[in-house]
Amino acid sequence: MREGTSVSRLHAHDLTLAYDERAVAVDLAVRIPDRSFTVVIGPNACGKSTLLKALARMLKPQQGAVYLDGAIIDTYRSKEVARRLGLLPQSAVAPGGITVGDLVARGRYPHQSLVRQWSSADEAVVADAMRLTGVADLADRMVDELSGGQRQRVWLAMVLAQQTPILLLDEPTTFLDIAHQLEVLDLCADLHTDRDHTVVAVLHDLNHACRYASHLIVMRPGGQIAAEGAPADVITADLVEDVFGLPCRVMDDPETAAPMIVPARRKARAATAVPAR
Amino acid sequence: MITGGVLRSRRPEVSLRLDHRAFTVTAVLVTLLAAGCVVALSTGEYPVPAAEVLAALVGNGSPGMDFIVLELRLPRVLTAVLTGAALAISGALMQSLTRNPLGSPDVVGFTNGSATGALVVIIVLDGGMTDIALGALVGGVATAVVVYLLALRRGVEGFRFILVGIGVSAMLLAMNSYLITRAAWQEGIEAQAWLIGTLNDVSWEHATVVGLTVAVLVPAALSQHRELALLEMGDAVAIALGVRVERARVVLIGASVTLAAVATAATGPIAFVALAAPQLARRLTRATSPGMMSSAAMGALLLTASDLAVQRVFAPALLPVGVATGSIGGLYLIWLLATQWRGERP
Repeated sequence: MREGTSVSRLHAHDLTLAYDERAVAVDLAVRIPDRSFTVVIGPNACGKSTLLKALARMLKPQQGAVYLDGAIIDTYRSKEVARRLGLLPQSAVAPGGITVGDLVARGRYPHQSLVRQWSSADEAVVADAMRLTGVADLADRMVDELSGGQRQRVWLAMVLAQQTPILLLDEPTTFLDIAHQLEVLDLCADLHTDRDHTVVAVLHDLNHACRYASHLIVMRPGGQIAAEGAPADVITADLVEDVFGLPCRVMDDPETAAPMIVPARRKARAATAVPAR
Repeated sequence: MITGGVLRSRRPEVSLRLDHRAFTVTAVLVTLLAAGCVVALSTGEYPVPAAEVLAALVGNGSPGMDFIVLELRLPRVLTAVLTGAALAISGALMQSLTRNPLGSPDVVGFTNGSATGALVVIIVLDGGMTDIALGALVGGVATAVVVYLLALRRGVEGFRFILVGIGVSAMLLAMNSYLITRAAWQEGIEAQAWLIGTLNDVSWEHATVVGLTVAVLVPAALSQHRELALLEMGDAVAIALGVRVERARVVLIGASVTLAAVATAATGPIAFVALAAPQLARRLTRATSPGMMSSAAMGALLLTASDLAVQRVFAPALLPVGVATGSIGGLYLIWLLATQWRGERP
């Protein structure tokens, strides 16, 4: 589904992505619609995190290129990219003994210099980011002491302090309990609807993806895109069985009317089971 | 909202962050260091009153005092201060880059590499003082390159770097022992003396070389200070925030390796200053980013005090300073490992 011919701010052509010799994706083209909440789903090792890494210039494509605002992303200065596109990676490590305020403040780096280390604008943006993520009261607490849900909101605040119109989030709900997962996703949805951010998230939970995404990218093993578009247009029982090898029924979520995936019983799944990859 | 203070100019272009605690700790360490220097310059075989030491330093001393203070004692004190600072900054950078307190140049083999370079010059090439220093410099830098290349695999990961470094270090240690067994008697003595770091024979040349290295490399490292703090959060976060990761790493590793190699070339390997000083400084400042200035002050103080101790407490025996720093550092290492293994954050 292509909405018109307009080129979006973040897109990629003919991507071949590989770690050393092991190709993860070949000839991949992807377009992130502006101001969308795009969610990337797919089975383990299908290359969704790798795609996100390539979009955030963490991984240099072997072929093809990622385009940001019309130019190949590598042609920008590193700080210039960091003012347009933020990433929350899975592997972020908070320095021991750092306070919440100091960690969030580190998100201002692309707007600072050696002699301009903390302007009043920095202060206002960091305060705003902490308020929006609900961690303002925690500013003086140590990050080490926080719960998983609080810590994830602090990291989101750091990325928000970067003030980028585009936000990439690699599995932002992992290791959180269900209530905190929804809290993080609600926050992402607010960023998308209230603040006009383009949010791209890799998620594991298909029902969360269907409920929150405005645009869904479904990847299959081998790094191809199986389908993309609005969840209601894309998600069918056939697609889920095809991509994930999971027989299921797709129903309307009674709360939101978004598609909801209900896995088939064990016996029914065994009958049509695909061999393990 | 953020810790510490902010210094702002009237116009918005300039604003500097200031960590009050780190500033105070550094100021106290520098004061202690200055006091230690005065003690080192005024005491000894010919006691010189502190007032006359100061007079000599500002150029108003009598010829006799000038000779004792400026020619005999000052080069040694300055070399201790500068070498201690160089080793400590080297350690602070490497520990931060490897995200591991064991990632200091003496643990990952750079120091043993310098020793190998020096021993080859002493035993095989039969070179003089300058050649030995050059050999130590080449040995240290070459070891760093080898460890880096061996640890390289889709970027360098801190823990692998340290393990490779420990392995290379052990091999070099064996190599050094072998070289000494091959040495003639006189060269063997010379080699053994070099292997235990000492400030007994330093001159103005040593102080000048280490001083120039510090003057060039420390500002270079300081210019990447914020980048170093961001690298501690992982490469992905640093790249996402716009840090030019490879460039920052090259500058910081280059500075760290060169500082350690030049310091070792000047004095021989001095144990544990690079390992212990940054950690002690970090615990005192409780800073969340690596404090180069506080580490430098701590390293300088540690080495000056150790040198004072071996000169005055054990006189007239000429004990190498490496013995004192080794004892202090050994105790510290045991404490560090013991507390870390209990999962505490001291």
